[in-house]
Amino acid sequence: MTSLHINGQDHTVDISPDTPLLWALRDHLGLTGTKFGCGMALCGACTVHIDGEAVRSCSIPISVLGGKKITTIEGLAELAKRDLHPVQQAWIEKDVVQCGYCHSGQIMSAAALLAKIPKPTDDDIDRAMAGNICRCGTYERIRAAVTRAAELTAQA
Amino acid sequence: MSPLALRRFWRNPRGIAAAVLFGAAAAVTGIGYAVEIKSVPAASAPRPIQADTARSLAAFAKVASVLRNPRCINCHTATDFPRQGNDGHPHIMNVRRGDDNHGSVGMRCSTCHQDFNQANGVPGAPKWSVAPLTMRWEGLNDHDLAEALKDPARNGHRSLEEMAEHMAHDELVGWGWHPGGTRDAIPVSRDEFVRAVHEWIDTGAASPPAR
Repeated sequence: MTSLHINGQDHTVDISPDTPLLWALRDHLGLTGTKFGCGMALCGACTVHIDGEAVRSCSIPISVLGGKKITTIEGLAELAKRDLHPVQQAWIEKDVVQCGYCHSGQIMSAAALLAKIPKPTDDDIDRAMAGNICRCGTYERIRAAVTRAAELTAQA
Repeated sequence: MSPLALRRFWRNPRGIAAAVLFGAAAAVTGIGYAVEIKSVPAASAPRPIQADTARSLAAFAKVASVLRNPRCINCHTATDFPRQGNDGHPHIMNVRRGDDNHGSVGMRCSTCHQDFNQANGVPGAPKWSVAPLTMRWEGLNDHDLAEALKDPARNGHRSLEEMAEHMAHDELVGWGWHPGGTRDAIPVSRDEFVRAVHEWIDTGAASPPAR
């Protein structure tokens, strides 16, 4: 049995300790907002936060997550203590999403960036977001939304 | 006296002076322990420097072959990014060194890499990161590489003995021999490599000629 602290709540899963977090979230805890894209840390669709840092949940086993604070897309707004996290609000304002599949990962990476760099430059955005792939090519809108989210955060 | 202690003795000017005085005294008094400059047969005379240098350079050639293996030099880069693969291409997805050699804000090394190799092929080891730029080996010729290994400012502030210890026991260094996935391990065994490091140091840590 492995205990996981996710979005402010404790969960227990009875699965192999070497199970990657992504499978625990989706298959055992019903938290399907985090997506499977590649399973090899190559696309970023599975990005969550672990102790505030962006991590590919497909590439970290639950055995190493004891005592860690895990945040998924479902818990991001709670993290900001608002109805919507500024990044989510900006994503809506800028109409970023096309098919939507990559965007939970995109949003989690953007939120991790803004938590550390509240006013990111284009270069900061490139470096933080380069690991999140969008097959629909929404990158320009993603960049605009990250900039907008920084403004919203500053206004809060 | 151990080889390392012997090396320290001969590098100490006082040690050399003491040896000269002792040798002279032995010659005068007839004590047979120390070297008598005039009468010691060539076979038992101190080993010529050239022989040590040759052994030292041969050992260093083996050391250098490991340091230039992709499993090592891909992270001892002179660039703003690590490299990947046997061809040393830039790490995909615009991965960057970052201010602290642990990646950019928002995409740290630990975003994807953990303390161990993973079943999905992502490599990992404790303290996974890029070596600092001061410890870059990329683009160095043999002379400069040897000098870098000996320079505490460029080898992580280590003495030669500490550097040898690092090569022998550090877990991230050891990853090079257990890279996981489809990556080729360093062909020279770690034991052989460490022996070569010690051989190089014990024979004077010679640097190949500068070109």
